[in-house]
Amino acid sequence: MKITDDSPPVLTALDRPNSYIGRSVPRPNLQRLTQGRGQYVSDVALPRMAHVAYVRSPHAHARIVKITIDAAKNATGVIAVVTGAELAKVMTPWVGVLTHLKGLKSAPQAPLAVERACWQGEAVCAVVARTRAEAEDACELVEVSYEELPAVTDPEIALDGKTPVIHASLGDNLCFERKLDVGAVDKAFAEADAVVETTFRFGRHTGVTNEPRSVVADWNEGEQRMTVYHGTQAPHMMQNLFAKHLGIAEHQVRVLTKDVGGSFGIKVHTYADEMATVALSKLLKRPVKFVADRIESFVTDIHARDHRVKAKIGVSKDGTITAFEIDDLTGIGPYSVYPRTSGIEANQVVNLVGGPYKCPNYRAQARVVFQNKNVMCQYRAVGHPIAVAVTEGLVELAAAKIGIDPLELRRRNLIADDAYPTQSASGLKFELLSHHEALAHLDSMMNYAGLRAEQKKLREKGIYRGIGFASFIEVTNPSAAFYGVGGARITSMDGATVKLDAQGAIIVHTGVTEQGQGAEAVVAQCVASSFGVPLDKVRVITGDTDNTPYGGGTWASRAAGIGGEAAWQAGKALRGNVLAVAASILQAKPEELDIRNGIVVDKANGTERLPLDELARVAYFRPDTLPPGFQAELMATRHYVPRAWPFAFTNGIQGSHLEVDVDTGFVKLLKHWCVEDCGTIINPQLVDEQIRGGVVQGIGAALFEHCLYDERGQLLNGNMADYLVPMAAEMPDIECGHVVSPTADSELGAKGAGEAGTAGAPASVMNAINDALRPLGAQPLTDMPFTPDKILRALGKV
Amino acid sequence: MKPAPFAYKKARSLDEAVALLVEKDARLLAGGQSLIATLNMRLSAPSLLIDINGLGGLDGITVKGGAVEIGALTRHAQAERSDVIAKQAPLIARAIPHIGHPAIRNRGTLGGSIAFADPAAELPACLLALDGEIDATGPKGKRTIKAQDFFKGLFETALGPQEVLTAIRVPAADNAARVGFAELARRHGDYAIVGLAACARANGKGLSDVRLAYFGVGSTPVRAKKAELALASGNIDAAIKALDLQPHDDVQATGKVKTHLAGALLRRVAKQLLEA
Ligand SMILES: Cc1cc2nc3c(=O)[nH]c(=O)nc-3n(C[C@H](O)[C@H](O)[C@H](O)COP(=O)(O)OP(=O)(O)OC[C@H]3O[C@@H](n4cnc5c(N)ncnc54)[C@H](O)[C@@H]3O)c2cc1C
Repeated sequence: MKITDDSPPVLTALDRPNSYIGRSVPRPNLQRLTQGRGQYVSDVALPRMAHVAYVRSPHAHARIVKITIDAAKNATGVIAVVTGAELAKVMTPWVGVLTHLKGLKSAPQAPLAVERACWQGEAVCAVVARTRAEAEDACELVEVSYEELPAVTDPEIALDGKTPVIHASLGDNLCFERKLDVGAVDKAFAEADAVVETTFRFGRHTGVTNEPRSVVADWNEGEQRMTVYHGTQAPHMMQNLFAKHLGIAEHQVRVLTKDVGGSFGIKVHTYADEMATVALSKLLKRPVKFVADRIESFVTDIHARDHRVKAKIGVSKDGTITAFEIDDLTGIGPYSVYPRTSGIEANQVVNLVGGPYKCPNYRAQARVVFQNKNVMCQYRAVGHPIAVAVTEGLVELAAAKIGIDPLELRRRNLIADDAYPTQSASGLKFELLSHHEALAHLDSMMNYAGLRAEQKKLREKGIYRGIGFASFIEVTNPSAAFYGVGGARITSMDGATVKLDAQGAIIVHTGVTEQGQGAEAVVAQCVASSFGVPLDKVRVITGDTDNTPYGGGTWASRAAGIGGEAAWQAGKALRGNVLAVAASILQAKPEELDIRNGIVVDKANGTERLPLDELARVAYFRPDTLPPGFQAELMATRHYVPRAWPFAFTNGIQGSHLEVDVDTGFVKLLKHWCVEDCGTIINPQLVDEQIRGGVVQGIGAALFEHCLYDERGQLLNGNMADYLVPMAAEMPDIECGHVVSPTADSELGAKGAGEAGTAGAPASVMNAINDALRPLGAQPLTDMPFTPDKILRALGKV
Repeated sequence: MKPAPFAYKKARSLDEAVALLVEKDARLLAGGQSLIATLNMRLSAPSLLIDINGLGGLDGITVKGGAVEIGALTRHAQAERSDVIAKQAPLIARAIPHIGHPAIRNRGTLGGSIAFADPAAELPACLLALDGEIDATGPKGKRTIKAQDFFKGLFETALGPQEVLTAIRVPAADNAARVGFAELARRHGDYAIVGLAACARANGKGLSDVRLAYFGVGSTPVRAKKAELALASGNIDAAIKALDLQPHDDVQATGKVKTHLAGALLRRVAKQLLEA
């Protein structure tokens, strides 16, 4: 992929003399990681550490009649064989509900299935041995007799009276339902000149991380403490959950999260097998390690999407969109995932459809149903790819129907750039967005007119190229409105502690975590800039609930916007403290001094007054020379939580250019563009790579990735050969452009950028395919992923 | 994803490898690119792995008596870089870049690929198209098997339980030889949904001796004999119509789609055959 960088020169307000804000500095962890010195949980080895492997249900739904463990218990290297009933004595079950998602219900889930297995892959028995290989050998000796139960797999019939109810105690298979009716929808459709109605389908897929889920749990009986080395996005959330379900206090649990090999939202949930591993450590009083292998990852890592959305748009002849209506149905597996629930994605779809547009008339219904497949929950861009594909799919179908250029139709309907603050029909509050500027930027970046001319010429030669767009909004920097108000102990706040060491370098402890996305770099840049030291004088420490400030971690594109602001403020606070020391040493006024590049200088003219190492020497070793009563404070902590807005919405637009081989149904991606507005850009390269990575995952959803289940709930392609993760050879060059509308809620002004690519890419690819095939009279494709099979069928070739 | 326990022995000679194969459930280990995956996924659990990687004399590429002979332990990458193969076995040269990715081609061997006989693999189809031969050595000594008699069924070959594949042989290409190769895979390096390896002889402006070997459409590579005849008579559309493959559905495509794609491939490959 070619890397282009057209980021505008960023910022003035944050331009301190040695500012790193807006600069593509290399990440501090680069050398360490490329030299193989990362500290992944998979690398952790502790004395007396045992390994666990799980016996998993081969059935989608089955009663566990009997588990015979004798042979396994006597196998070489085996330490313990533990069933669900035994583990239930160590750890309590959990229920994935949130009170602000009214009516959402779910059943208690245990670390190991007790009476019933509810999906293929659910763990039913644990085998702990000296090595993982011995544990796997012994797993084959565990005899489980099952009585197969009917599997509910098709969401369409999950609510039928005839379909068995998965959890009798819940009464039906409905997890959550939401309805919304705003404006005068029926009237708007009646008065529209054209109405387009279609059904969109989104295949189940999953976030395939380089490093699988992994955990090492170490119960120390002497200390009565549990230390958990955990590849997670949210250490403090997990600290709470481990403590709660082991029945101990939070201070008895330490979660350590160093390097994590990719997360994408997969690693921010409670997994039964990870909880079981922690419980086993408590039971066996020794360290126990679990690293999911690929096969178990596919059947247990949360899946996402799997929505069926019936959707409708009304449009008048002049191109005004008059109404949107959707009916979303999604199957989420047998349990709502704890603690964030599996209702959030459908809820987001309802919130986000129509979001970029002025249209005031909107009706939505969403139903979330249980089924006997792997659980579904929040994966990168939660709900956005669905809402954006539905909205933008409808917009382009409407444009085609009334014969208006798709970009022009957007120009006529996108919320005006000077209309802020404002809100969407669904009630989302927007502080400041830039749809029109982004669209204009995209238009010129891709040379839209030129591409249309080329498209026309090539069609005459039988070459079918398509151009597709997707305007989008993205939820970032969530406040407590996301989870806290629903009763979940998931903080939306984050903190940073910075301290000056005895040679004038800075150590930062931050609550956000590093998943490979570069959060450490962003935190270092913020502190180096606001405090005033060269970047190489800043060391960032993440992921340790004993030592890092309480924080939410990394999810919902929050690390830079929230963690970055806390770091910025902490650096500023420490600068104040250090200048007080400098002033007392130099007998100057603190307000006349500044710190630049690690040296205390005169603010007015930059004259060097005192290097930080000298200041630190005096403060730490000769405090006797400071004025009586003066105490140097060389450590400062600041927290930040967004308060003015529930979410810092960002926006953008993507464009896809591709060619469809009409003989084979194969799609060749030629180029992809994304213009987005994440407010202040702290590190342009990291932002662009977040966009590109996100686009690639969105392309995965549009063309490749699909968890294929049969009607009995068996996953058919749960391996890296048959589940198609997008790979470099098929990816187009991805060009990024930016508009900068900072949020005024923080001094930094940064919003999130982690999910924008994933939000818009599937829609733009879908629209481009339909644009390519339109002259051939193909039925519009609305069923992701768009395989050659589906394209050939749309063309009537098979 | 840890294999079940197995014993390991490194063979010091071909004879030793053959002798070791007496053990029930013993398997030869060549590049390991197919075998190790099946072990780790516990799809197979041999009791003994006999490592043949150290054996000398099994990895040469030579031209003998109008044929190109390729030793069983020749790595895909070695064949990919070979001038002899580029010039005298151009069908194999065209096929190899489609096999997996560079790391896989560095380890994987041609002998392993033929012996493993994956129905979607490139090389078995090339061998069938080229009317090649396979040399095998067993307890009763050496024998040669024609490609058309070698591929028996799904992952099943004519090799006996105690035989080692030592080399493959294909006719060296001359000026009149024409080859064509195309496959359709969703991602570069994946096993193909459908692929076609073809060869023919130039005959004036037309073709004779057309041989079309499809892969990914059955349990073995499959000749499309009726289409071969139609193509030799110069009619591409008739050749496509004459395709009588009966591919099954799999996770990548339905049989119907595969049949359609086989036709699209034939059009492309026919063009290659007709270009000098
Ligand atoms: C990700 C990935 C993608 C791949 N993609 C492709 C692809 O697109 N196309 C393709 O064709 N292949 C592909 N392969 C497989 C690769 O080409 C293998 O290398 C090849 O199929 C087997 O060769 P090997 O030397 O690795 O054999 P091994 O894995 O060592 O052995 C395979 C089998 O053959 C037997 N065997 C090996 N050598 C001999 C011998 N001399 N005599 C008798 N029996 C023998 C072994 O006992 C074993 O049963 C892929 C592999 C991977 C991991």
